[in-house]
Parts: sequence; structure tokens; C-alpha cells
Amino acid sequence: MSETAVVIGVLALQGDVREHLAAVRAAGAEAVPVKTREELAQVDGLIIPGGESTTVGKLLDRFGLMEPVRAFPAEDKPIFGTCTGMILLAKEIEGSVQPRIGVMDVTVRRNAFGRQVDSFEQDLPVEGIPDPPVRAVFIRAPYIVSADPRVEVLATVHGHPVLVREGHLLAAAFHPELTDDTRVHLLFIEMVREAKRGRTAE
Amino acid sequence: MAERSTWRNKVGLAEMLRGGVIMDVTNAEQAKIAEEAGAVAVMALERVPADIRAQGGVARMSDPEMIKAIMATVTIPVMAKARIGHFAEAQILEALGVDFVDESEVLTPADDRYHIDKHAFKVPFVCGCRDLGEALRRIGEGAAMIRTKGEAGSGNIVEAVRHMRTVMSDMRRIQAMREDELMMVAKELGAPYDLVQYVHEHGKLPVPNFSAGGVAIPADAALMMQLGAEAVFVGSGIFKSADPARRAKAMVDATTYFDRPEMLAEISTGLGEPMRGLEMNTIPEDQRLASRGW
Repeated sequence: MSETAVVIGVLALQGDVREHLAAVRAAGAEAVPVKTREELAQVDGLIIPGGESTTVGKLLDRFGLMEPVRAFPAEDKPIFGTCTGMILLAKEIEGSVQPRIGVMDVTVRRNAFGRQVDSFEQDLPVEGIPDPPVRAVFIRAPYIVSADPRVEVLATVHGHPVLVREGHLLAAAFHPELTDDTRVHLLFIEMVREAKRGRTAE
Repeated sequence: MAERSTWRNKVGLAEMLRGGVIMDVTNAEQAKIAEEAGAVAVMALERVPADIRAQGGVARMSDPEMIKAIMATVTIPVMAKARIGHFAEAQILEALGVDFVDESEVLTPADDRYHIDKHAFKVPFVCGCRDLGEALRRIGEGAAMIRTKGEAGSGNIVEAVRHMRTVMSDMRRIQAMREDELMMVAKELGAPYDLVQYVHEHGKLPVPNFSAGGVAIPADAALMMQLGAEAVFVGSGIFKSADPARRAKAMVDATTYFDRPEMLAEISTGLGEPMRGLEMNTIPEDQRLASRGW
């Protein structure tokens, strides 16, 4: 069977959009930046890149993108959030009322590892990705403090979940787009392909 | 196993700020307004450049108390300025836990020959430039982000445009060159050879390239983004205007939709008076901040 062709959107309101576009293309799928509702309607899956979560949340709200993004999982269109994207996907953000997509059954802690001077990178074993481990870059990163049992934990740092999956949602506290390793993106692209096959089979 | 404050961590934070607006703030209340408007970071300083220019005197690092108050108020990254060459100020800012240090020509230089060895720090640095040679020298010293100098506190975009165009056209020129011409260019620019090679190969700086100095209205932000800036610093432009909260929000929106004129028209409507601004020929040569730095 030939591979299902999918178009992955990268939310281009603010953040490291270019790196995600490059990572998706390197992993063998089509990638386009998304700034408007019209552009959003054209894609099979969406990546929310690294950036500032308060900024991106406000822009989603102001430009009428929050509701259509929120509807994505129910339309069998997966979402992958990295860092800021993980924060925005979470239903609960500790101590914050900032605007969010809020579709994943997790509670997230912002700047959980400390301020910028505490940012780090390390080798990270990931469930479902064979050795070598993923080189994970954490920048003012969040982690998940609690999750619904339905949420699959794919990787942890000091026992804190930093890569999780729930249905059509994938969230990473680190930045796979900042390295040349495309395996985490491939994981997401497979989710999008599978979801699309499910959609077209109906 | 875990490595802290790697080069990738430093440049990575700069990458995360792309497409955003970094706003000068002088107290916690302004920082809150900036965050509410959607700023990606704030620059904590005691006086905005327009006031430094008006009041004169030696401009130094800000009082740690003020920086701490701002850090306690917002969740977005907090930057602060150190004088050119004043590595002790930078050490203090790092100890405070600021997220980025701006080795800035807006403050009075502490060293008329050397800049700070920025590789020696865990905290990332941003530095200003007027041309490509200056940008690559700063990156060679360890800057993880470059911004145009523009003319801070002028409300006049002309210098930032000149600096951005100079950097971008020098990079296009180098990209088109033969390998055997690069050493002479490195000599002419006064730039590290390996960084000239990087530009030749990639057609861009190895760190994000932001714009600063003179951005006053949303169209200024859009102009700089279209000229190749990857994000925008706004100094005096917001809190020297009639309606800072509204203008701050408009700057954020314009930086995102810099390539959509219909949206920019909407975003630019009804913002009240912008800061007044200065004609360049009314600023004496010896009072131009952009000429500081070596």
C-alpha cells in the first residue's frame, strides 16, 4: 500500500516555525505555515511550535483561530505541540488563566525546570523509538504534573512526563525541531496518516 | 548526562522569540501591560532610550530591585541591559536570573575597545550591529542573538532600515562569492573567517537576526519584518505613545501579520498619537547611540 499523502500545517503566529517546516519536510511529508482560518482548513494535522505560550494563546483568540483548532481532534485531525504547544494543549496550566486550546487531559507546569540559565539538553529514551535515544533540547521548558490515565507517557525526565500522547494529540516539553533527528516528527506524521485513512474510510 | 546552558539552549531561546515583539518596560505595571498585549519578552530598564537621550548623564545597568520586581510579575522572559564591555554588570544580571542580557549601546559604554566575552556566561546575550562585520564579531564573542542598532529613542526607523539592509545585502553578496574570495571578505569586514564561511553556505546569520531602534508604529514593525528581521524590539515607541496598551497589542499583531496589508490596515486604525520622534539631522553625531560599539 502506498503511503497516505498528508499536509501538515505549522501554526505560524509566533515561534520557531521554520524549524518545524524543515523537520516535517525532512521526514517526508508536505508542510505549510498556517496563519488564518482559511489556511487551517487546508491541513490534515497541525503543529504548534515553540514560542511564548501567552503570546500564541492571545493571537489564537484575537484572530478567531482558537475554536477551529480546538475542533481539530474531533475532526480526526491530530495536533502536535512542542513546549509552548504542550502548554496550550493542556486543560490545566498551574497558576494561570491564560488563553489555551485546552484539549488534553493533563496539568502542566510552566518553566518547570527553572529559568533560562537552567535550560539543558540530554539524551532521552522514548517509548516506541528504538535506540539511540533522542537528543532532547529543553528551553524554559514545562513538564506534566498530572495526567488522566488515558494519557500515554512516552518519555520522562526525573519522573516527570515530557512526551505524551492522548488520542489524536501529541505533546513534547522539548524541541525535536532543533535537532536533525526527525523520529519524533515521524511519530506525529504517522498519527496524521492513520487519522486521514480513518477519515477517508468512513 | 544533562548539559546545561549549551549553545543550542542559548540560540534556541532566541529562536523561540521569533515573530514576536520584545518591549522596553521600566516597572512591573508596564511589564504587565506588555505581557497582556502579547509581548514575547520584556526588556527591564530604568529609563527608556528617549529619556536617556533627553536627560543625559551616564546610563548604567538598572537597579536589581526593579528587575526582580518585573521578574516576579510576568511569566514571559525578562531581559536586561549591561554596558558594552561591563562584564561585572553582566555577571550580576546573570546572578539575578534574567533570561537574556543585552550588551547595549543605549547605555554608556564601559570599555572603549573590548566587548564582553559572552561565551563565558550561562545566560545568552543579544548585541546590536550596524553591518555584517559587527554582527559576526559579536557572534564570535558569543552573542546568541543579533539586532540592528537603529537609532534608539529616536522614533525614526531610517537607521534600523539602513542597518538591516546593509546586513542582508552583505550576506547576499557573500553567498554569491567563490570560496577563494572569502578570506579577503573576512579581512575587509573584520569578521571571523569561519562565520563568513557559514554565511556563504547558509545565506543567513548562525543566530536569529532581530530589529531594534526607532520602531514606533505597526507599519515600522511590518517594514522591518519584510526586510528580513525575525522579530522586533520596541523601546520608547510604546510607553511614549498616547495609548500604550492599545499600541502594544497592535505592534504584536502587526509583527505576526507583517505580510498581510489588509490586516495591517485594520491593525493600524485608531491607535492615538504615536511618540513624536526626531529627525536624524537634529541629533548631533556625538549623541548618536548607534556609533557606540567596536
